[in-house]
Amino acid sequence: MVRLKLENVCKNFEGFEALKNVSFTVAAGEKVALLGHNGAGKTTLMKAILGLQPHDGGRIEVMGAAPGSHAARMQVAYLPENVAFHSSLTGREQIRLYLRLRGQPVELADELLERVGLEHVSRRRIGTYSKGMRQKVGLAQALIGNPALMILDEPTSGLDPISRRKFYAILDDMAARGAAILLSSHALTEVEARTDRIVILSKGQVVADDTLSGLRKEAGLPTHIRIAAKPGAADQVAAMLNAGRSNGVTVDLTCAPEDKLARLREIAALGPKVRDLDVAPPSLDDIYDHFSRRAER
Amino acid sequence: MRGVIGFADAEFRIALRNRWIMILTVTMGLFSLVLTLAGSGPTGTLGADQLSVTVASLTGLAVYLVPLMSLLLSFDAVAGELERGTLGLTLTYPVSRTAMLLGKFVAHVGILAIALLVGYGLAAITAFGLDDEAAQGLGALVRLYWSSLLLGAGFVALGYLASALSRRPATAAGLVIGLWLVAIVLYDLGLLAAIVADDGGAFTKTVFPWMLIANPADAFRLFNLAASDATAAASGVSGAAQSIPPERALVTVFVWPPIAFGLAAWRFRRIVP
Ligand SMILES: Nc1ncnc2c1ncn2[C@@H]1O[C@H](COP(=O)(O)OP(=O)(O)O)[C@@H](O)[C@H]1O
Ligand SMILES: [Mg+2]
Repeated sequence: MVRLKLENVCKNFEGFEALKNVSFTVAAGEKVALLGHNGAGKTTLMKAILGLQPHDGGRIEVMGAAPGSHAARMQVAYLPENVAFHSSLTGREQIRLYLRLRGQPVELADELLERVGLEHVSRRRIGTYSKGMRQKVGLAQALIGNPALMILDEPTSGLDPISRRKFYAILDDMAARGAAILLSSHALTEVEARTDRIVILSKGQVVADDTLSGLRKEAGLPTHIRIAAKPGAADQVAAMLNAGRSNGVTVDLTCAPEDKLARLREIAALGPKVRDLDVAPPSLDDIYDHFSRRAER
Repeated sequence: MRGVIGFADAEFRIALRNRWIMILTVTMGLFSLVLTLAGSGPTGTLGADQLSVTVASLTGLAVYLVPLMSLLLSFDAVAGELERGTLGLTLTYPVSRTAMLLGKFVAHVGILAIALLVGYGLAAITAFGLDDEAAQGLGALVRLYWSSLLLGAGFVALGYLASALSRRPATAAGLVIGLWLVAIVLYDLGLLAAIVADDGGAFTKTVFPWMLIANPADAFRLFNLAASDATAAASGVSGAAQSIPPERALVTVFVWPPIAFGLAAWRFRRIVP
């Protein structure tokens, strides 16, 4: 079931095209990462989906309703980039307010704060919280009432690695309950394998929309093989493999994904001259670079 | 109107924690006490009881202080949320913007109600201590209380309007200080100058009463002074407007809050966070 549907969404700021014909969908239970450099248009797109900032062209359907309509707002949760709260309220008071706004019992506040790991500071003023703690308050409010669609703008910025892992565990849980999740990030390494699909936005345009393995295949970037040779044998190994570089100890070579196995067989045939080897598939950053740069050409 | 209570509760807690409630209550209390004690002179000659005299001086105080307190409470309401970046998230919740403004309104007027209750209450207690006949002025004090609240409600709403017109709290603060100066100080001075220049002509008879009554602060003063016996303390402008019936002034005091709130809500609806 499609929860969010974007069709040729356009947005201009006084002649500057922030979004150009953006189209994709997010289905129930699906986690989609929206990737793009700073200024790519991620926040602009999210604000249009939420109806905070009207778009100029195309269609946005949020569970069949118009963005920002009462029906849509009833079912959509939002975590803004650099989320802010009133510094005089405690985390608990803030969550109780948001519960009231969704017509939910305020008693759920403690449970929500515990879920994001803030129970020990829930009675302290938000003004005393760190950025990561504010981010967790933001996540807690986004969980209220099991929303059908979650829009999370750079949700893991400011979180330490352990908190980030817990954060994704909560998202997995929400998705398992049927929530459709769209989260943005400026680095593929942040979202890794935690999402089902990746949409890459570059200068307001969608330049890729696929699974991580699909993107990897489509990019067709070379695999790196690093060979540790027997002492003194590095140059000989390099010559036998027609490899470019050798620093006297290790030999580096690159090959297309489809040649990888053939190359490995050649290396294995060298026998005792090879001490060890590492195979590095293209890194996430390489893949991300590939797609964002391709769009710029 | 989902959320009104939630917003009111949060706003009240914020004011409590920021000491706003304490500051306003102490201010009102101090001013009321000083005025009551300072006015406890030879009341017998005027034939009025102590509390009625106090109400007359409290009216003069409230005209300045209540609008100022109201504007200080309210100027941050929209612009502050916009600048802190809290508005965008709140607006994605299934509550109307009017409900949000109404919740804040309930809290801010409630805070005024507390500060005025303490201030006027202290004045009443003191007056009773000074004069056994003070009970005669009780009606005037009650009238002063609820009309002060209405005056405050009008200026709280005007503060929201100023806040929704500016995108920054600093701009909103400047705007409300300007508004206070114009509505409370300059307006009367201007009218006074016009009357003097007109010298009993057409302006004084036809335009002036309407202009006076249009200003909620003037209407408030007029209503309270005309309704009580102790008009001795009436200022120049009010003195020149004896002819205006107090019921008409009351209408102004009543219609300003909804008009100003309506304008603020309309303006707030157009804000893109
Ligand atoms: N209100 C605005 N007025 C003018 N330009 C804007 C506005 N909001 C965003 N932009 C521009 O639109 C582009 C996309 O911004 P944004 O969506 O915030 O990027 P991202 O979230 O991907 O970093 C940027 O070039 C930004 O300067
Ligand atoms: Mg952004």
